[in-house]
This record gives sequence, C-alpha cells and structure tokens, in this order.
Amino acid sequence: MAMDKQLCTFYLDKYCFGIDVREVQEVFRYQEITRLPLAPNEISGLINLRGQVITAINLRLRLGMEPREDEIAPMNVVVRTQDGVMSFLVDQIGDVMEVSDDYYEEAPDTIPGALRELITGVYKLEDRLLLIIDTKKVVQFEAFAA
Amino acid sequence: MDDMSPIISEFLTESYENLDQLDQDLVDLEANPEEKSLLASIFRTIHTIKGTCGFLGFTKLESIAHVGENLLSKLRDGELAMTQDIANSLLTMVDAVREILSNIESDRSEGDIDYSDLVELMTYLQSGGNPEPDEEMEISETFAPVGQSNQPGGTLFERLGGQQAVDAAVDIFYDKVLADGRIKEFFNDVDTERLRNKQKAFLTFAFGGDSRYTGKTLGEAHRSLVARGLSGQHFDAVMENFGSTLRELKVPENLIKEASDIALSTRNEILGQGKVESMEPAPVVEETSPMKDLDTAEMELRAMEERRTGDQEAEEAFLASNEDRRFGGDRRSESIRVDVDLLDRLMNLVGELVLARNQIVQFTATERDAAFISTTQHLNQLTAELQEGVMKTRMQPMGNIWNKFPRVVRDLAKNCNKKVRLDMEGKETELDKTLIEAIKDPLTHIVRNSVDHGIESPDERAAKGKNPEGRLFLRAYHEGGQVNIEIVDDGGGIDPAKIKTKAISKNLITHQDAARMSDREIINLIFTPGFSTAEKVSNLSGRGVGMDVVKTNIEKIGGSVDIHSRVGEGTTLKVKIPLTLAIIPALLVTCGGLRYAIPQVSLVELVRLESEEGKSAIEYIQGAPVYRLRGNLLPLVYLNKELGLESRANSDSINIVVLQADSRQFGLVVDGINDTEEIVVKPLGKQLKGITAYAGATIMGDGKVALILDAMGLAQKAHVITEEGRELGRKEIVDREMDKAAERQTLLVFSPGNETRMAVPLSMVARLEEFSRNMVERSGEKEVVQYRGEIMPLINLSDVFGMSSYRKEDDTMQVIVYSDQGRSVGVVVDKIIDIVEEVVTIKKGSHGHGLLGSTVVQEKVTDMLDVTGVIRQADPEFYENQLAMAPQG
Repeated sequence: MAMDKQLCTFYLDKYCFGIDVREVQEVFRYQEITRLPLAPNEISGLINLRGQVITAINLRLRLGMEPREDEIAPMNVVVRTQDGVMSFLVDQIGDVMEVSDDYYEEAPDTIPGALRELITGVYKLEDRLLLIIDTKKVVQFEAFAA
Repeated sequence: MDDMSPIISEFLTESYENLDQLDQDLVDLEANPEEKSLLASIFRTIHTIKGTCGFLGFTKLESIAHVGENLLSKLRDGELAMTQDIANSLLTMVDAVREILSNIESDRSEGDIDYSDLVELMTYLQSGGNPEPDEEMEISETFAPVGQSNQPGGTLFERLGGQQAVDAAVDIFYDKVLADGRIKEFFNDVDTERLRNKQKAFLTFAFGGDSRYTGKTLGEAHRSLVARGLSGQHFDAVMENFGSTLRELKVPENLIKEASDIALSTRNEILGQGKVESMEPAPVVEETSPMKDLDTAEMELRAMEERRTGDQEAEEAFLASNEDRRFGGDRRSESIRVDVDLLDRLMNLVGELVLARNQIVQFTATERDAAFISTTQHLNQLTAELQEGVMKTRMQPMGNIWNKFPRVVRDLAKNCNKKVRLDMEGKETELDKTLIEAIKDPLTHIVRNSVDHGIESPDERAAKGKNPEGRLFLRAYHEGGQVNIEIVDDGGGIDPAKIKTKAISKNLITHQDAARMSDREIINLIFTPGFSTAEKVSNLSGRGVGMDVVKTNIEKIGGSVDIHSRVGEGTTLKVKIPLTLAIIPALLVTCGGLRYAIPQVSLVELVRLESEEGKSAIEYIQGAPVYRLRGNLLPLVYLNKELGLESRANSDSINIVVLQADSRQFGLVVDGINDTEEIVVKPLGKQLKGITAYAGATIMGDGKVALILDAMGLAQKAHVITEEGRELGRKEIVDREMDKAAERQTLLVFSPGNETRMAVPLSMVARLEEFSRNMVERSGEKEVVQYRGEIMPLINLSDVFGMSSYRKEDDTMQVIVYSDQGRSVGVVVDKIIDIVEEVVTIKKGSHGHGLLGSTVVQEKVTDMLDVTGVIRQADPEFYENQLAMAPQG
C-alpha cells in the first residue's frame, strides 16, 4: 500500500515542480524585493513578510534554467527550511496534488547540471512529469566570500 | 525540570539570588566584622533557606543550613568573633548549599555528596573549639516523648496497636486530609508520600514508640505552610480528620482523646506560637479559644516574625537595630518577577510597533487632516516612550555580575596566597539583560586572570616597593551609546619578552615575526587561540578558556576589548559594549537607488563637498582616493563600487560619511544622505552570513526592506584595515596616548627603487601625480614634463641613489611634486607606499648624500629623504634666487 503524498506544484518555464505541502508555509503574489548586492546571482534579494525579513531565491537561476522574462512577475512560494523561512520565486502556481508513490521514480542521472543535484525524484503523471525539489539542497549555497 | 513543582522552582530561584547576595555579604563581613547589618542579612538568608527546605523535605540541605545558622547566631550575639576559619567554613557552606540546589534542580534530589565534614567543622567552630552537643540530642530534648506517660499498659503507642496501627492511621488520615476542601490546598505541591513517612515516624515517636525521630521541629516543618496562610482554623480541620480517622480504626475513645491531646499540643509550635520548650500538653480549651479570635493575617505575620522562638528575643532586639531591613517582604511587593521570555516577546512587539509607527508617520506626510496628524504625533510619542520603557525593563545593573566578584577575588587570592583589594565603581551602570549575560563569563575570566597572573605575591610586591596588597579596580560607565568596562590591576604587567618566547614555543609566530612585532602587537598575542601565559596553571584560572574566547565572545555582541600593559606597573583591559542590540538609531543613505542604514555607533561625521571643491579635494595615492579632513588623510571608499552598483548621484556634490572601524576612520562616499531613524535590526538568513558588508536588515517606513551596513566589514572589504593595519591602528592610538607631548609628523612613505623605504614629511609634498612615460620630454640634460602650464623638471630618485627601478618598464610613473616659491620639481619614485603619522626620531645612520638619517616607520627602517639636498644636487638652479631652505625633517 503506497502512501499518497500531497504536493504543492508550480511551474518554471514549461516544467512542473513539486514540494511536499508540509514544507510550504504559504504562497503569495509578487512583492517588491530589495536587491542584495554582493550576494550570489541566484539570490534575488530580501522580502518583508509581515515584519520578517526573508531571503528570496530565484528558483530558475538556482536550477540552472534561463532567467525569466522581465514582464512576468514571479510568485512566492514560502518554504520552511532548517535555516529558517525562505521564499522561492516561481513563474506560476499550480494545484495541490495528491500523488501516489506508485508513480515515483528516482531522478535519472542524465538530467543535466544543477538540476540533477537539486531534485530528489520524479512523479510520472499521465500528462506530464512532476519534478520534486530537494529544498534542503536548494537553500544551501557554496560558501561565498564577499 | 518539567515536573518540578512551582513551589520548588520558586524556592530555587529565590535561593540562588539569596546565595549571590550571601557571597558578597560574607566577603564584606570578613573585611568589616563589626558590620551588624551584614550579619543580619546573612543570618536572614540562611534562615530562609533553612526554613523553606525544611518544609520541602530537603533534610541534608536543612542540616547544613542549620549548623550555619547556629554559627551565625553565635557571631551575631558576639559570642564568637569572625575569623578566617569561620569565614572559610561559611563560604564552603554557601558552596555546599549551591551544590545541593543545583542537584535538586537537575534531578530533584539532594545528591549523595557527604557534607558531614563540613557540618562537623562548623559545629566545632561554633562551640569555639569545643565539640557541640549532638544535633539529634537537641531535637530529642525538645521533643520529649510526651506519649511516654505513666499510663498503665505501656506507652500510648503500644496501646494504640503498635507500628502497624500508626501506619494505617496515618494513611487514612492523609487520605482524609487530602479530600478535605478546607485544607487540601496546602498539600498541592507537596510530596505526600514523603510526608506520610515522616508523619509515621513522628507519631511513632510522639506516642512513645521506639523510633527516634530525627527530623526537624514541627515549627520549622510547617513554617512555610504558616507563611502560606495556615491558621488555627486549618489546624482544627486537620484535628477533626485525625479524630475521625482514629474513630474509624475503632480506637477506644479515651485513647483518641489522649492522642488528640498530644497532637493538639503541637498546635502552638506548628503555628509558630508560644515557646517550643514547653512541649507538655496544655489544656486544649485554653489554647485554642484565644487563637480563633485573632485575625488570621495578623497571626500569620506574628508567626513569621516569631518563628524562631529560641532566638526570638535576641533576634528581635537585633532586628530592631536594623529597622529598615525588618520587613523585607514589604519592599518586595514593589517589584515582581517577570519571565524573561515574556520580556523578549514584548521587546519584539515593540520593535514591530516602532516599524508600524514609522510607516504611519510616513503616510502622514501626505495627509492634511489636522486631527489625523496630531493623533499620529501622539502615537509617535507614545511609541517612543513605550520603547524606552520596555528597554528599561530589560536593563540590569552591572552590579548583577559584579556582585560575584568579591567572592571570586577573595577565593582566588587566598588560593594563590595573594592580597588583593577589589574596588568597584559604576555598579549601577545599566545594560541590556542579554548583554549582561553575554559578558558575564568573559569578565569573570578577565578578573580571574588579573588576580591569578597579574597581581604579584605580597613578598614580590614588597620587594618592588609596592603596597603588598594588590589592587584590582573595576569601573563601568556610559559613553557615547556604549558601556565601557575597565579592569585595572596594579600587578606585574605583561612582559612582552615572555609572551614572545611563549608564542614562538607554541608556533604561533616565527622568530622573524617576533623580531618585527612591536610590544603592543606582542601583548595582543594573548588574544590568539591556543595561548595561555600562566607559568603554572592554577585551578581557578586557566580552565581552558583562553583570552581568545573572551575576545570572540565580546566581539560577538558587537563589543571590543583592548589591552594596555606596562611591565611592573599593571594591566588595563578595556571592554566596550553597545547598550542594546534590538533597536538602534541609524543614518539612512542612498546608493545606486537603494537605501542603506548605517548604525549611528560607527558614525563619526558627515562631510559634503560641493562640486568644484569636491573634484580637487579628493586626491589619489596609487589610485586610492583620499581626502584631507582637517589635516588628516581620510581614505575614501565608494559604496557603489564596493557593492557593484551604478552610482545615481544626481548632483556633482560628494557626500562622505565618516565612519569609525576599529581604530581607523574612513570616508564612505554615498549618493545621498537622508535622515536618521530608529531601526529594528533583523538578522539575515544563514546563506548571507558570508557577506560581511552587512550587519543585518531592517524594514523601513514604507514597508520595504533596507540593508544595514557594517562599518567594520566594509572597511575590511575595501582593505581600509587589514589585520596588520588593525594592529598598527591600535598601536597608533596607544602611541598617541603615551606620547601626547611628543611631536608627531605625517610622513609620506615611498620606495625610490630596490624595494627600499624612504619617507618625507607630507608637509613638504605639494601633490602626488601620476605621469605617463610618453609625457616626459627632454630639456638639455634634464627630463621634464609639462605640468599645469609650466615646465617641471624631474628628478629620478633611483638614479640619484644608483638603485635599479622595478618600474622603468611601466607606462606610468609616480611623482612627488615639490613646490617652492611658485616653482615645482617632480621627484620620480618607484612606488608610493603609505601615509603615516609617526613620532620621528632620526637616528644617525645612513645620512649624507641626499639622506637626513634613518627612522623607524611602521616597524620598518625608513630613510628620511633630504629633499632640498637632492634637488640642489640635481638641479642647482632651482634654489638660485632663494634662500636655502632648512630641511624640516
């Protein structure tokens, strides 16, 4: 008996990604981001989330994808991580899906570059593939000196 | 800890506090044995601990406190004089009590450490050398087994049915009591199982059984209950239950009467009334009726006052002489205990409120409604006051840490056979609670170090002609939004030679380093990890926590520590700490279209250069911009360059924010300077910790996030200060302090070639220029350049001194322009090294031939260039129509 999992899904470019719904604190519309000079490119900046300052990660850049066109205002997926609350900037929010482990498979090693490192596995849905983000790894950056 | 009953945890908190006071009082008492008020305070503390722990059933603790109290009462009554031994034993007792308390805190038991030696010692001391009568004897005298009457058929105990009957009776009795609404509240927090056993033992004893009751007197055992409101009515309720229990067990009525009489006879003692000595059962009626008439509250008060009936008169007389201390409880009502978490939450909320206030204030700027504006102003003011108030609740006086120090110093001094006098100034200086806690350990460590390693033994001091008693001086004071703490000792000071040897032996530095380093730098090595200067490690200091940890911990909370030491005279450690961390005033600046906050603490001044002035006022040394601020060179850092931003300055004027980083100042050039505002510091995520230029973030009035700049981090990033620079910077300060009278000069240090160092007084330098090689033209024998519409001759120093230049292939050359009476000459050098301020003492050495002599600049030998001499030699016409100028160096 496979355990069903609830996943919060979202889109980056034409790909569909998922994060375990228990890790997601909330989802909200684009909000002004304060740029953070000297920080790695993948870090977009800081967001005021009801008085709390949280770091926003540009998930496209983080996963080694093409940057978003400027006219698309990204959405925030706020994720609870070991290092505190962080926001992932995504193109579009999808549904919360209940998926069965029957469709799960480890990510194939042929996935190129950064993406392979940062996803744990793939759900083979009927009409598309759902890539599961390894949030722990996504929020870990190589030590960088400023 | 989770299951710790509130009454026990309150007891622990209160006792810990009392013990800290006790340490201090005892040390003071040792110094002033005649001080009666100190004795009173000590006595009261021990007494309270003893009373409470008796009630809670901590017998071991109680027995220790009891002998301590006896000893103290002898001291108080003047029967004994304070001696070294007594002081030691009392302090040991305090430690023992603390040990037991921490045991209770961790596993709810008193632990298995045996304190009988201590008890014996104190008993011995108390008797002035004669062994005390046994503790148990005393109690058994008080508790003459009343049941052992001349009744036929043996003792009441036997007639009741022996041990089994008593045990059964106690069990039923307790069940009844616990079910009785009138009195059960008194047993809420009590380990009833334990009490049952005690009660069994007591009744067995009281009814004349075999058991030897070794517990406390009834009065002591119930004192805390009395304090909680146990009154005659409650006692009667208990008696009722007692009677019905015996009836239930089918005990003959006459025996019930007899047993009840015995129990009733304890009434006085339990309620703290009357004399303990008279334990004979008194007629019941006479005893109870007047009591019932007494107002309960008044009775309780009386009971509390008179609880120690044995010493009652003495104590009353004694207390009367210390009237102000008599009702300690009254004063306590003026303050309450508050959970620190609650204060932290309040502080956070106030932080949020400050942000909301800032936002509203900003909205008001566009509003015209007068009522709204005045309401906003009111809100503004209230928020400010609230913020101040909440901050105050978190403020604690330095005395909270310092109170431990007399004891620490005393013990340590005794331990190393030293004499140390501790003076403290500024105990009342207040500091945020979290900061107080953070500096507690570092300060203790410094104090220990001072006594252990700093102050010499009395003989050694006498031999040096010092007072055999060393002096340790602690001083705390507010200064410019910071708290300064100084720890000064008049000990042997730190010998740089020893440090040097040690550091080399520990491979912290090489011989070459050692030779190069100044005494100041060497002394600062004690802050290096893995360093311990003690020749022998004592058990009190040198516990593995080095000065490096002290430094790290202090820097962690935004503080700094500085050390000054003179061999033979003593050492001063100066610790600087910010007042609070949560809400700070900051200057807001803009750069590249973004806003940044700069903590006011690191702000020195603001300089604005108007366009024309600005362009020429900024000079360059090797491409590094500097500005002359009242004669001192101020290195400039462009914020937009450091952060990789486009400058969006909308005017030609230049805004310089002068910042202090460590002991160096530098100018931060920003696009615009806005305003100052109170900001709430929010930490940055862990991923961003690596960016040292930021101290955190804050939320501005418009709800946007702004970054807080870290002056220190920026300075390091821009290489204004390097590790070496920091040391040098410090050295400069010390030198400045040490040689205030000595004349200082600002020198331009450069290399003429061959990597050698030379210097000229900056006052003789008109400008520093960079010329491209192809600008050089020839005029006769000489090399010249066109400069500001004139022909300026060049003198190549490497040629003058016959050195090989490393820079001949470079496209550009560094030129020091020297002007005199409207004429200029350019001195070509290899490299401009630095501009430094130094006390110049020229040593005769390599003088003559263009040199005035040698001096030491930045720890390195540097030749002083004889500018006029060189010019005269190379270009004799330069001075033709002038008087020869005496070199100013």
